[in-house]
Amino acid sequence: MLIAFYVAAAVALFATVMTISRLNAVHALLYLVVSLLAMAVVFFTLGAPFVAALEVIIYAGAIMVLFVFVVMLLNMGDVAIATERRWLSPGIWRGPMILAAVLILETAYLATGTVGVRTGPAVAPRDVAIALYGPYVLGVELASMLLLGGLVGAYHLGTRKLPRPEVGDDINTGERRAYFSGDAVRAGDDRAPGASQRAVPVDVHRDHA
Amino acid sequence: MRRNVLFQLMSIEIMLNAAGLAFIVAGARWGQPDGQVMFLFILTVAAAEVSVGLAVVLRLFHGFGSLDTDQASIMKG
Repeated sequence: MLIAFYVAAAVALFATVMTISRLNAVHALLYLVVSLLAMAVVFFTLGAPFVAALEVIIYAGAIMVLFVFVVMLLNMGDVAIATERRWLSPGIWRGPMILAAVLILETAYLATGTVGVRTGPAVAPRDVAIALYGPYVLGVELASMLLLGGLVGAYHLGTRKLPRPEVGDDINTGERRAYFSGDAVRAGDDRAPGASQRAVPVDVHRDHA
Repeated sequence: MRRNVLFQLMSIEIMLNAAGLAFIVAGARWGQPDGQVMFLFILTVAAAEVSVGLAVVLRLFHGFGSLDTDQASIMKG
């Protein structure tokens, strides 16, 4: 059904333009979710129902939840409640809601089954799975390695409690730079072998400067 | 140019999605499953990238008190 494809593509384009032109991160995220849902409808009309479901579940579900989580984490403080109240005013819902309503009507129209859904030949999930675990099995292994790396990296970055970076002169080069206390570069070569980086005095650079 | 690191990450998501759309359209055009397989890989890359990226955003905000990427331009090593 060609008209369904064009409507969903128009919604996706408009929502994406609204995403990158918003000044507020939460408003942009609302439009980005609508954009991803519209992309899912586009994939559905293109004959890729499995990928459409993944788009909704992983992109619009998991990744956008991560974004919202981080945005909410970054706005902790006294002004956060007032800020969130302003964000939740009904006015800003209107645009994403209208676009999402268009998508819902379109999905209901497609779900009645009276119209042909696809604009192209359908590729069944079974064919995708056979290809994925046949010629592309090495890619699956690499993807699992990548996800493991992402997991370890996010855990490492998220749990280490380092002090705030300071701006000062590097004791080796004299350049102005930001560094963290206990930085291996700042500690210099005169550090005793085997000594912990944490044992280096915090303001050692000021003695040299 | 947007200097907010959250918007930069969101734009990366949009670009990865656009690349995935190109693969899906090509797969639909020739009726092959390879396009959808490539989209799955792009999805994996996007998920790994956004998890590490958002952890970096948290560290950046903790360290500099701002989401402006220019604030971190003096960081070396």
